[in-house]
Amino acid sequence: MLTNLFNGIGLGSVYAIIALGYTMVYGIAKMLNFAHGDVIMVGGYASYCTMMYLGWPPAAALLFSMAICTVLGVLVERLAYKPLRNASNLAVLITAIGVSYFLQNAALLIWSSNPKVFPNIFNMPFFQGVTASAASVSADAAAADTASSGVFSVKQRGTLITIVVNLIIMAGLTLFTSKTKMGKAMRAVSEDRGAATLMGINVNRTISMTFAIGSGLAAIAGVLLCATYPNLVPTTGSMPGIKAFVAAVFGGIGSIPGAMIGGILLGVIEITARALVPTVPSDIFVFAVLIIVLLVKPSGLFGKTVREKV
Amino acid sequence: MSEKKEKEFVLETNHLGIDFGGLTAVDEFNIGIGKTEIMGLIGPNGAGKTTIFNLLTKVYEPTRGNIILDGKDTHGMNPAAVNQAGIARTFQNIRLFDKLSVEDNVKIGLHNHINYGLFTGVFRLPKYWSEEKKAHEKALELLDIFGMADQADVRADSLPYGAQRRLEIVRALATGPKILLLDEPAAGMNPSETEELMKNIKKIRDDFGIAVMLIEHDMKLVMGICENIAVLNFGKVIAKGSPSEIQSNPQVIEAYLGTKKENA
Repeated sequence: MLTNLFNGIGLGSVYAIIALGYTMVYGIAKMLNFAHGDVIMVGGYASYCTMMYLGWPPAAALLFSMAICTVLGVLVERLAYKPLRNASNLAVLITAIGVSYFLQNAALLIWSSNPKVFPNIFNMPFFQGVTASAASVSADAAAADTASSGVFSVKQRGTLITIVVNLIIMAGLTLFTSKTKMGKAMRAVSEDRGAATLMGINVNRTISMTFAIGSGLAAIAGVLLCATYPNLVPTTGSMPGIKAFVAAVFGGIGSIPGAMIGGILLGVIEITARALVPTVPSDIFVFAVLIIVLLVKPSGLFGKTVREKV
Repeated sequence: MSEKKEKEFVLETNHLGIDFGGLTAVDEFNIGIGKTEIMGLIGPNGAGKTTIFNLLTKVYEPTRGNIILDGKDTHGMNPAAVNQAGIARTFQNIRLFDKLSVEDNVKIGLHNHINYGLFTGVFRLPKYWSEEKKAHEKALELLDIFGMADQADVRADSLPYGAQRRLEIVRALATGPKILLLDEPAAGMNPSETEELMKNIKKIRDDFGIAVMLIEHDMKLVMGICENIAVLNFGKVIAKGSPSEIQSNPQVIEAYLGTKKENA
């Protein structure tokens, strides 16, 4: 049970990182960027290529794929979404789905549909050192399973790293949005775009920055995801992307802590369901969560109910 | 000798107008506001007063005419650029950032005066701390104009109505304007609050050396602090002048009260 919880939190942490991208873009640009999941896939391929073909160390590959995804995210926003700033929500939504398919097919063209086997970066000496020291201070849950040896299995190490990375991102992002002028500008644009621009805030730049941050995080999620599930194909990002969207809605779309809690809960639900009823595909439970949330509390756990003004 | 302008204007409009479809909302709006002048814009409901504020701040792009701010045409600027060029405003229906603290609302106004980049902000380099400290002090100083410094940490939407109106003025002032547009600053205030507000508007003008243009229905406030008044009806200026001139202008009386039917 404890193992399931631990693994669930690990998987949920990946969802949470992806959900952040959804939730931030929704909060600030008021649009659902369904191409977000495919940015993860691009991040996966970018780090795969630099590691396998160029022999870069994982850390450099991660930074490189973050840079690629950041540029990609900003580019997609500039070319596909910015011209539609004043268009209907439906037009933007359809465009986002179009971008999603465009990225998938572009990846198909470049890397073909043959799965690439992502290297197990958690098995590298650097991470062994990191987790060994981390283990000594925290992670009772994991320790319970491996207390005898005192060393984590590779999979557990990966899960632990994922959780830690997620916590660091959450803390960093919370500090960023609450303590820096750019973060405050983001919150202002999110609340009232018109008033923000009349106070001299450059809304386009703020939206670009949101896409940049969300896509950079997607690259991290991509690497973490591929390191755990090493089968890299052009559609790798779509299912986790959709699940992260469910997580964002679950937590209350637009809310950063909501994305965190929503993601982790969803991961735990998925893993627990897989363990308890292995005969039923666990995705059923994930999407049942979406339906229940939409029925019972459409604004999500952390969302505020907006009452329509009459 | 060359012709000397009678007065230096901080804001000037020439033949300004806007149509919404077939409806002419504002037409032939010509006005000049001196560098430290307080000007009132009055008129019956629906006369186009707020539309003029929206034109001046580029929420709407004018159909005709031009706006000269401090000698520069604002043609082609977006609202953010116009704000940076020196026009700040408040709103008839309060539009604060409700979920942000009072201080952060002011800091949004200070946004373009806080100088550090993304990298410095993320990694909190020394420049971040010094700039944020400066912004904090500046925000408190501005809030202190209305005696609100002790409420800096309160969420904006938990302030009472009058205080929210005052915070909007502080936030606009924080952007460092040359002219401040106040849209019904006294709406919903009681007489003593209005009295206080009048003093503060004058104080802001004197201390900051800026122009103020205000839309207001409270005639006591308008007549009390405005040096010049423009009266708007059906999108057109029907009278301009000092408060005493406006009060005795038959067209103004007609616009507000209607004409007396003779030989009825």
